[in-house]
Amino acid sequence: MKPPPNKGVELQIHDLYRSFGHNSVLRGISLTIPAGCVFVIMGSSGSGKSVLLRHMVGLEAPDQGTILFDGVSILDAQAMAQIELAIVFQHGGLLHSLSVGENIGLYLTETLGLPPREVNDRVNQAIEQVGLSVTQDKHKLPADLSGGMKKRVAIARALAINPGILFYDEPTSELDPITAVTIGRQIRQLNQRHGTTSIVVTHDRDLAMGIGDQIAFMTQGTLSRPQSPAELSQTTELAVQDFLQAGTREDYQIDSNPS
Amino acid sequence: MIRAIQDIAALGLQTLRSAPQLRRRRAQVVGHFYQMANASLLMSCILSLFIGGVLALQSGPLLVERGLSFVIGQLVGLSMCRELAPVMMAILMAGRIGSAITAELGSMKVYEEIDALLTMKIHPVPYLVLPRLTAILLALPLVVVFSILVGWTGGALVSVMNQDIGITLQAYGSALRSGIDFMDLAQGLVKSLVFALLIGLVSCFHGLRTRGGPRAIGQSVTQSVVQSIVCILVSDYAITRLFVFVE
Repeated sequence: MKPPPNKGVELQIHDLYRSFGHNSVLRGISLTIPAGCVFVIMGSSGSGKSVLLRHMVGLEAPDQGTILFDGVSILDAQAMAQIELAIVFQHGGLLHSLSVGENIGLYLTETLGLPPREVNDRVNQAIEQVGLSVTQDKHKLPADLSGGMKKRVAIARALAINPGILFYDEPTSELDPITAVTIGRQIRQLNQRHGTTSIVVTHDRDLAMGIGDQIAFMTQGTLSRPQSPAELSQTTELAVQDFLQAGTREDYQIDSNPS
Repeated sequence: MIRAIQDIAALGLQTLRSAPQLRRRRAQVVGHFYQMANASLLMSCILSLFIGGVLALQSGPLLVERGLSFVIGQLVGLSMCRELAPVMMAILMAGRIGSAITAELGSMKVYEEIDALLTMKIHPVPYLVLPRLTAILLALPLVVVFSILVGWTGGALVSVMNQDIGITLQAYGSALRSGIDFMDLAQGLVKSLVFALLIGLVSCFHGLRTRGGPRAIGQSVTQSVVQSIVCILVSDYAITRLFVFVE
């Protein structure tokens, strides 16, 4: 049975602060992500992107600030039960003791308590949506999958939830460029097909520029104003320029006459 | 230390509160129980056979010399029942099963599997802790009963076959029957249940609180095994005192 379509969810963040000891990781993040868009949070390693993402999905509690999904506070557990959110973790977060099919159907079985037949239909549908084979891949264990396939299974698991908002944590890390493009295309495709708000946290600038409707650049716990890829490529901000232009052949040259 | 004890007690309460879900988790419980029993039985058999044998070997010649050969069966029987089987099997379980539980949950924590569960609104206590705790609560008493029987057999073999002891199987058996009563078996079983609870909670607690990378998993496993063994020995004394008081 096909689940009812889930419209995108708007996300608002106001004045989010978080420190770990003396290390201030999030410094007053404020942000509005419109429903249905692909929003990319880009930044270098250690800039606080993943910490921000963990706050957005409720895995970490901020020192200060609010996070609202369609106006509902993330702290309001009862109201939040109506909002379906899903996350694709950097390493997939697949349960290694369960098969691909069981992983994808976990939420449907455990949280929704759907009958096995409906779970099976929705699992098969999710597997097909991410371009995997029901007959070949459904019964495999995560240990038998390549990095790219694990990411796809993680996306399928998120899709089975039929989320209004879908988070991706470094979806192309550890993947070769061709697989990375396939995953990026899939993120875009799923967003267009379902209207799900997609929030992608990445340091992969090709992915960010390729799929993002809006991109915000994160540096040292602060977030720049969201811009379209075209606007961002014209930016005069030095940190963003450096990030976007790093990696030319000249950057790799070693100075043979150090003064 | 006090904080850790509080957290372990809190985990115990959470698990107890999730007990109504046990019926739903029976397939997981059966799976874990099978794994635990399967991983322990052979080792338990070898250990118990030799423990019973050594007990008879150490005490037998001395008792025979003093004309107390009729006590050997009773001595082996009581020692296995009340003390050696529950304690040795609990230590074995802490090393084999407790460490495996901590390593599994620790790696699930490190590799974001538990975060994934939380985002799917699946609480790790009923989903992960409850089936493992229930399985070890069923498995350890069973292994202890098995260990008692094998330990008695080991004692009997040595008592009959060793020339310095040389008592008959009937004499050993009748001493065993006359020396063991229900309270002795009950003491062993109560101990095994308490030890199972402690091993299950300590190992799940350390697994769930693992943070960092593979090295942190190793540290959690070490802490889990050491603390489980300390808990076993401390609670063993407490339960023994309780039974002495009751008797």
